[in-house]
Amino acid sequence: MSADITAETPAKGTSLQLGHILRRAEPIIISLIAMLAGLALFGLFLLAVGKSPITFYELVYKAGFGSAFSWQNTLSRAAPLLLSALCVALPARLGLVVIGGEGAIVLGGVAAGAAGMYLPGLPGAIGIAAMMIAAAIAGGAWIGAVGAMRHYRGVNETISSLLMAYIAIALMNHLVEGPLRDPASLNKPSTAPIEAAYRIGEMPFLGTHWGLGLGVLACIACWVLIDRTSWGFAARIAGGNTRAAEVQGLPVGRLVIGFTALGGALAGLAGMMEVAAVHGSANASLAAGYGYTGILIAFLARHNPLAIIPVALLLAGFEASSGLVQRRLDLPDATVLVLQGFVFITILLSETAYGRFKLFRPDEWRRK
Amino acid sequence: MKTPTRRQFLKTTSLVAGAAALGSALPFSAARAAGLTIGFIYVGPKDDYGYNQAHAEGAAAVKAMEGVTVVEEENVAETVDVQKSMESMINFDGASLLFPTSFGYFDPHILALAPKYPDVRFEHCGGLWSADKHPKNTGSYFGYIGMGQFLNGIAAGHATKSKKIGFVAAKPIPQVLLNINSFLLGARTVDPSITCQVIFTGEWSLAVKEAEATNALADQGVDVVTCHVDGPKVVMETAAGRGMYLCGYHANQSPLAPDKYLTGAEWNWANVYTGMVKTVQSGGTIPNFVRGGLAEGFIKMSPLGPAVSDAARKQFTETHDAIMKGNYAVINGPMKDNKGNVIATAGQSFVETDVALESMDYLVDGVIGSTS
Repeated sequence: MSADITAETPAKGTSLQLGHILRRAEPIIISLIAMLAGLALFGLFLLAVGKSPITFYELVYKAGFGSAFSWQNTLSRAAPLLLSALCVALPARLGLVVIGGEGAIVLGGVAAGAAGMYLPGLPGAIGIAAMMIAAAIAGGAWIGAVGAMRHYRGVNETISSLLMAYIAIALMNHLVEGPLRDPASLNKPSTAPIEAAYRIGEMPFLGTHWGLGLGVLACIACWVLIDRTSWGFAARIAGGNTRAAEVQGLPVGRLVIGFTALGGALAGLAGMMEVAAVHGSANASLAAGYGYTGILIAFLARHNPLAIIPVALLLAGFEASSGLVQRRLDLPDATVLVLQGFVFITILLSETAYGRFKLFRPDEWRRK
Repeated sequence: MKTPTRRQFLKTTSLVAGAAALGSALPFSAARAAGLTIGFIYVGPKDDYGYNQAHAEGAAAVKAMEGVTVVEEENVAETVDVQKSMESMINFDGASLLFPTSFGYFDPHILALAPKYPDVRFEHCGGLWSADKHPKNTGSYFGYIGMGQFLNGIAAGHATKSKKIGFVAAKPIPQVLLNINSFLLGARTVDPSITCQVIFTGEWSLAVKEAEATNALADQGVDVVTCHVDGPKVVMETAAGRGMYLCGYHANQSPLAPDKYLTGAEWNWANVYTGMVKTVQSGGTIPNFVRGGLAEGFIKMSPLGPAVSDAARKQFTETHDAIMKGNYAVINGPMKDNKGNVIATAGQSFVETDVALESMDYLVDGVIGSTS
């Protein structure tokens, strides 16, 4: 992970501003070109199986972004992805690759369901707040433990977070089928339905629940945390070189555990939103793979919390179009996964393009 | 790259034209094809040799009918995804009859959409529709497939030499428990000393655990196996590899191991779905709560395989005929569960249509395993 801390060389007037814009534009332009290359490659793939790429992309546009309903569809799917992507992006700033956000989502959902079940009769806002706190604690403790194992015992966080996601899903199944099961949930074991006052409704005009608003706010807050606070600065230093950060006296342990726990808490909130806004109770439907799509989004956004918003909308739009693509073009549902794969690979490959174009390096212009 | 054939060209241009025509229409006045548009939604792949394939075969039968357009989507999760898939079928395809086939689609997803689209009929597989709780434009249907597992059990009871039969199950929920109990009780009509070992995998679709469970059963001396998971393919292939006899479930799995396959309890959704669509086409209304068994053509048995003995064939056919007459009871008192609790007193019977069976929470005496 490259910590962007190169000192700006003094320059004058407009060329300073232009240089600043160009430096900022580098990741955007390279990512966009890489994405277009991915889409074009996928077009070749479609031609190879005898389908029209133009029709395909028309359908993707139509089903994902072409009408009010399409936008509702896309926004609803994006809501949990914003938070689950942050669970990858925040630890990534410390150089940690955490891929087990799914575990925090399901346990956050179960904790929220349990809180709703055991704390009945409170005013709606307080009940919802209690569910959010329970979910954030469950998710934060789960991924925070990954960070703690990494820091104190040197356990590889990628492997441990993935394995802990499986444990989390097994734990969720045990809880909703055992101690927390509502006896009335016969063929779909679930916790007892939370009461109506604890349900979270839709945002005005958007036709999607407040999880989207929470996700966008969380992305902005995380961007501020990373780019505009000394904590974020310290995290980026530690991500660039842990030893150097320790020598400088930075609290690397607290940073590692804090950032992983924060990421887990946000993923836990995604699970809470699924319970409070969609399902009304916690059950096995919580393990819907949002945690894994979040990995893809965080990497595509290069772990920039603000970039997560458009990337999540784009991938949600792809997923929203999956149905229409299946029905109109008679392609299997995995088609959209192949498309995501192509884009993912071209964007990862584009990492090698950084720093190679003088256009984005204004301080090198005159040195020549 | 090869030049496109005329057929491809026509297909492509017509799709483009179709998409353009649809694009110009408002989202809520979707272009309606002549006749009835019906949407089918599956939770897994359409070719899973199991639950979803059984429904997809039903959808294929509807597709062959006059005056209907069928649209399908597979691998749709029981989340907001299925709500949007249903709405997409309504808005873009003009679907007015939907079959979201997974149990988990009903509450909360169908229940969230039904009031928004009062002109669309939502037909759901497996649920317990009730007039005071659920919207009038929703309905539930299911079949007494436990009877099929009872017949499976008869075939298994004749085939087993170790007197141990096995069951790979997903979750200890009523529909699954009824199948396990019926399987053992069928086998016990042949020999009351037979026991049935059950292993729960905990997930509807988890191939690795299904294979492990099947191998564990084989290691314990079980020589006939059946299952209740979404896709029985892994269980069937693993069991055949270990030399066990097989009883199928959901769909016909005999192509996977023709020599070892005894019979199987299959859904007959083709019959059910074409019947429902005919009702709608003739202006009628599908009842909100629909159930049926062998006699009503909701379920059927796979043809008996070559390994089925003459004695087994005879008993199987006699029982099959008795079930076809209706009011057949698998659970007849006195009977205890495998913890010693009385589940039926002397003279008490639960016939196949008894709604009490749909909230079963026990394993009968002779089943080795636990519901929790």
